[in-house]
Amino acid sequence: MLPMRKLKIIIMQLKRICRRDFLFALIFVCGTSAVTAEITEARQAELLNLLRQDCGSCHGMTLKGGLGPALTPDALATKSGEMLVQTIIGGRPGTPMPPWAPFLSQEEAWWLVNILKEGTGVVAQP
Amino acid sequence: MELRGTGDLAVVIERATGSVQILDTSSRTSIGQVKGLGDLSHASIVYSRDARYAYVFGRDGGLTKIDILEQKIVKRVIQSGNSIGGAISQDGRLLAVSNYTPGGVKVFNSSTLELIADIPAVGNNGLRSKVVGLVDAPGQQFVFSLYDAGEIWIVDFSDGKPEIRKFTDIGLLPYDGLISGNGRFYIAGLFGEDGLALLDLWNIQDGVKRILSDYGKGQRKMPVYKMPHLEGWAITDNYAFLPAVGRNTVLVVDRNTWKEVKQIPVHGQPIFVMSRPDGRQVWVNYAFPNNDTVEVIDTLTLEKMKTLKPGKAVLHMEFTPRGEHVWISARDNNWIKVFDTDTFEVLTTLPAKKPSGIFMSSRAHQTGL
Ligand code: HEC
Repeated sequence: MLPMRKLKIIIMQLKRICRRDFLFALIFVCGTSAVTAEITEARQAELLNLLRQDCGSCHGMTLKGGLGPALTPDALATKSGEMLVQTIIGGRPGTPMPPWAPFLSQEEAWWLVNILKEGTGVVAQP
Repeated sequence: MELRGTGDLAVVIERATGSVQILDTSSRTSIGQVKGLGDLSHASIVYSRDARYAYVFGRDGGLTKIDILEQKIVKRVIQSGNSIGGAISQDGRLLAVSNYTPGGVKVFNSSTLELIADIPAVGNNGLRSKVVGLVDAPGQQFVFSLYDAGEIWIVDFSDGKPEIRKFTDIGLLPYDGLISGNGRFYIAGLFGEDGLALLDLWNIQDGVKRILSDYGKGQRKMPVYKMPHLEGWAITDNYAFLPAVGRNTVLVVDRNTWKEVKQIPVHGQPIFVMSRPDGRQVWVNYAFPNNDTVEVIDTLTLEKMKTLKPGKAVLHMEFTPRGEHVWISARDNNWIKVFDTDTFEVLTTLPAKKPSGIFMSSRAHQTGL
């Protein structure tokens, strides 16, 4: 319990430093790998289920689009991660895209965006 | 195969595995499974008029005809990139499918699945629109709404060829539609504004009217984590019951004047608001994160009378044709529960993989289903 918490604090501090002072490359490192480390495996499974099922109710379970647009790697290739995270956390007022802030942390939204951009959140169809 | 009827059979969608199970609602058992149906997130089903074939409309644009007695796929076509639902004509010969991309409606011969008509949904604004709320209506008609364009279209096939009638400016972002059981009233729910759009098919010269346009007055609209479904028409002797968008409210409307009678505060944002076939109760399920709960409303007192917890992520409820039981799917528990609607006792729990919609074959004989 305690080491985990310490790790979290270290990561948070690292990220703060990253955001302020370092180069883009470093932001990338801090933004992805460090973040994954702080989301437990159990939580990752929950997030994947949320993505497929609850995001899927608008974006399609295979994320190829529905009422909301496709969230496939191709569709998101040219979109910035920051913007996508902002969309997930804050929603898009005036459209059905709801803000997920009550259910997702910034870190978790980043984790989802990385999954989306890599295309690893999509279930293979039998 | 032993001779049997199909009148007590049902089909349940298994979202995650692209399969369906065939259920016997008399013995309350699963009697088979059919696989290979593609992406079934948000799938729906209509029945042939002999109630032997189920047509499954899949998310990936797949249209599959299943023989529920032989438990096999008879025919399967991929008819678009992304579809959302379908309807079967009054005479059972035409199948219409509504598509998101490319937005429009395609009409097929229900026995061969050959394409008969392709109707692109290009709105008054010149843009192609997603199609939602497709239903059948008496007189070989189909009615549907254009999500992006805010229009309602009627397509009439009574002369064999499609004749289209368009109603524009019906409201912002219609997200779904339903038709009353007698085929008279078509209602589209609006996402972009409060209220619903009402079309009286017995008086179409009157055009589309807005109803309940101020149901949210003075309240803050909450984010919507799942769009409500208008498919089940909850109409009783005096009232219609409708889900409010972005609010923990069921709207009660006088079905003669279409004026609001009451707002019933409920556990979450309603998804399905369905009346038991006799109209004595209305059952409601809810959007994420309140989707573990179902509430029952007494239609005489207009008060909640029962709260049930059928499981995690309750997606659908289907009544037996005469209403003694209701079948409820709970996606994240991978089960279907059958409740007695008088005692609220659980009669059976059946396993199913990420179950969503449950469709009883009695839909074969109901307008709008
Ligand atoms: C109620 C429907 C709905 C749900 C549920 C929903 N979305 Fe959306 N989402 C939309 C719509 C509609 C848009 C497009 C908004 C617009 O028009 O700009 C959108 C846009 C987005 C975008 C931006 C895409 C782009 O190309 O710019 C992302 C990323 C996104 N959603 C992620 C998610 C995630 C992750 C979830 C689940 C945690 C989710 N959405 C759940 C409806 C929904």
